Amino acid sequence: MSETAARAARPRTEADPGRRRFLGYLLAAPTLAAAADLSLGTATAPPALALPSGPQPAEVYDLNDMLTDATRPTANLITVVVHEDGTASFELPRSENGQGIMTSSAMLVAEELDLPVSKVRVTLADARPELLFNQLTGGSNTTISTFTPIRVAAAIAKQELLAAAAIVLSAEVESLEADAGVITAPGGASVGYGQLARRAAATSTRRVDVTLTDRADFKVIGTPHNRTDARKAVTGRKEFTLDLQVKGARPTMVCRAPTLNGTPVRVRNKKKVLAMPGITHVAKVSTGVAVRGKTFGQVIRAVRALDVEWKDGPVAGQSDADVLAELRAAELPLAVPALPAGAKTVDADFTFWFRSNSALEPNCAIADVRTDRAEIWAGLKSPITAHEEIATRLGMTPDQVTVHVVQGGGSFGRKLFFDAALEAAEISQKMRKPVKLMWHRTDDSRVGRTHPMATSRIRATYAGSEVLSFEQRHTSVVTDNSHGLGELITAMSAKLPVGEIGFAQTIFALTQEVPYHYGLVDQQLDETDSRFNTGSMRNIYSPDTCTARELVTDQLAEAMGQDAFAFRREHAKDDRARAVLATVAEVGGWGRRMPAGTAQGIALHKEYKGLNACLVEIDCRPATVDRPVRDGVTGPRVTKVVMAVDVGLAVNPRGLEAQMQGGIMDGIALALTSSLHLRDGHFLEGSWDNYFYTRQWNVPPEVEVVVMPDTTGEPGGAGEFGVASTFAAVACAYRRATGRTPTEFPINHRDPLAFKPKPTVPPIPQSPTNGLRRY
Amino acid sequence: MPKHSFLLNGERVTVDVDDDVRLLWVLRDVLGVTGPKYGCGINVCKACTSHVNGRAFNPCSVKVSALDRDDEITTIEGLPGTAPGPGLHPMQEAWIDRDVAQCGYCQPGQVMAAVALVRQVRREGRSITDADLDGIRNICRCGTYARIREAVRQGEAAM
Repeated sequence: MSETAARAARPRTEADPGRRRFLGYLLAAPTLAAAADLSLGTATAPPALALPSGPQPAEVYDLNDMLTDATRPTANLITVVVHEDGTASFELPRSENGQGIMTSSAMLVAEELDLPVSKVRVTLADARPELLFNQLTGGSNTTISTFTPIRVAAAIAKQELLAAAAIVLSAEVESLEADAGVITAPGGASVGYGQLARRAAATSTRRVDVTLTDRADFKVIGTPHNRTDARKAVTGRKEFTLDLQVKGARPTMVCRAPTLNGTPVRVRNKKKVLAMPGITHVAKVSTGVAVRGKTFGQVIRAVRALDVEWKDGPVAGQSDADVLAELRAAELPLAVPALPAGAKTVDADFTFWFRSNSALEPNCAIADVRTDRAEIWAGLKSPITAHEEIATRLGMTPDQVTVHVVQGGGSFGRKLFFDAALEAAEISQKMRKPVKLMWHRTDDSRVGRTHPMATSRIRATYAGSEVLSFEQRHTSVVTDNSHGLGELITAMSAKLPVGEIGFAQTIFALTQEVPYHYGLVDQQLDETDSRFNTGSMRNIYSPDTCTARELVTDQLAEAMGQDAFAFRREHAKDDRARAVLATVAEVGGWGRRMPAGTAQGIALHKEYKGLNACLVEIDCRPATVDRPVRDGVTGPRVTKVVMAVDVGLAVNPRGLEAQMQGGIMDGIALALTSSLHLRDGHFLEGSWDNYFYTRQWNVPPEVEVVVMPDTTGEPGGAGEFGVASTFAAVACAYRRATGRTPTEFPINHRDPLAFKPKPTVPPIPQSPTNGLRRY
Repeated sequence: MPKHSFLLNGERVTVDVDDDVRLLWVLRDVLGVTGPKYGCGINVCKACTSHVNGRAFNPCSVKVSALDRDDEITTIEGLPGTAPGPGLHPMQEAWIDRDVAQCGYCQPGQVMAAVALVRQVRREGRSITDADLDGIRNICRCGTYARIREAVRQGEAAM
């Protein structure tokens, strides 16, 4: 079954004549409350059980299908409430960390409710254990899985408002017009939603059905909309966890071991530290020694003063090279297919070093643990798992614990875990006081989660202008999936088209797809070494696997004497791929003459129900590479990026564009500047002057994102989608500009360190005092 | 406990706190002014960027005792008050218009840095160049840099 056929086989119910009706609920409540029920909702194409040799598993059933299917049984609990002030509210059971899902969700409600977006209040739901798998924010899945249920709930609400208005206005329902929160009868009499909110409320819960707005009539969906929190963000009024004022929750930090995941044995000077100004508590906990005080400034000083005996962590004495040797030992062999006469081989081998997924907001949480109950506040993408584990850690029943989901200051995969929330709960219980826990940046960088180090080997064979086979063996340090995705996979395993192959291999198989006709395609993952604190960083495997694949694609094109763009276009599996490639080639001026030391690169990626192509231009000339910059790395400069993105239906094109821009900045960092160095049992990088995420001096002066017209009628994923193709295109451009195929990423990892590592004892640096002189 | 007094967003404040506590923690933990964010504590990420007497600085790296009685500290909360009219500062409006923010954690610092940059180039009798934009040190881990560049120029034109 070809890709196009697979898509066409899916039910396209909403576009059908005699539009599809969806079932939902009216909930008994003081004002109108409507909920969506997807038990009869849009079905995902069932996975083919006997796969033909052509498509890979991800083509017929990908990670997003699994995430979406996992939400179906409980999606009826998504509720839209209409209030007497004429606003509507919706508690989104997801985590906002900058992706813009609160804005896009408000747009979905606004569309079906005929209410201005500004009158829709979206908040984040507390952890709701009854939602099972329906509160995991990951895999760029939010809009894919909530697109229909949110609209159904809002549509039911509007239906009930109209019914109530018909009575108030003494008019036929069919004759009424709803617009911007006001319902008007033919004679001009009107009534606002607020006046109807109580009247339309249900006294008992019952099922109703509803028809959704036709795509052709969308007024809000598909129209660019600014973020609903933009004003708060630029006035300092947007509250993050550390900004919350919870009574008694005083600044708290943890003194950590000099080796990764080392543990405290004893504190030698507890009394002395307790006597320091502003310090209220010192307590040994499982991860280190916690200090609580009046200001973080005083706590930092106390953490630095602690004299602690440590037990070494599990990677004591180990360095990058040791981990690489382990990966090499774990690599699966490439199976050499029987080659026809005249066939040739391209072999490639790439190394991707550890990378930090630190957000700008460090790991942090507030915990107020009493003897009989506990309350937690944190940015959490898997709050249900966090809730369970915190209750277990505290020795409480789940109903004694409340977990509030706070908007996060960035996540990039980091907030799938709840390291700070769990730690804060333990500390608060031990100190018997509320705590506001903040990880120092140095801890966040050195002890916080990393994107695992990996190798990716590829063997491609070709004859004439045909690629006969493409094998990829990805070998990675274990990616921690204990945030709830593992349990989800267990629950869904019977449905998955991949057999019994383990969690990581399942995720790999459901996310990896070579978007080209490359004959026999075989991609496999092997994992080793679970001693590190890992997690995905803005996409799990694809930035690495895509970069390896696209570099080999350039080599194949070259070997066949073909242009890199033309080769991709000819080998692309479907029209959507060809369209995004052609768009970036045209908009970006593919093939234009460029000076020596500069070049273009192009790459294609398919994931999250979408496709994107990226064209970059890079300047690798010494005058650019060697630009001086204080406490930073310059290196080659990407001077232009053009990204064409097809996510199917873009709910908020402006938000999508922002996500692509962010992915572009990540891709540039992964290719050129950002990695962690493991030396003697700890990571050297201790702050933003050591870890070189993209900075303004690395930013391309020209960035253009082209949002392709709707190709599927359904939204795809966005949050992580821009990273892989940018990373790959930068690598391809670098290869063309320098004539050298990069084999390690970032390309500067083995250069002499561009910084002096900070000490590990004390574990965090004191703040300088030069702020009035040096900016 | 030593007392320290300075002007904060147009009002005199006096705090009782140790001399060496950095101003960021005096603002956030003592005075409850949370616009300036913590991102590193060592004057490199620039998330806490505010103004002292109209110029950009990082309160994470200034002892509270280093301030004079007459020093005027402006945080993002006080920025609108430094511009004419009742609304926001033109740079904040440019940020909103360009929909710059994503998670928003770095943006108070970015806006404060941008305003100070415009003032600095004006003191030098010129306008903002690409090199000036390249020189903005504030980190945005969401990668909003391209929109920041557009908004700085738009805000400059409106200031």
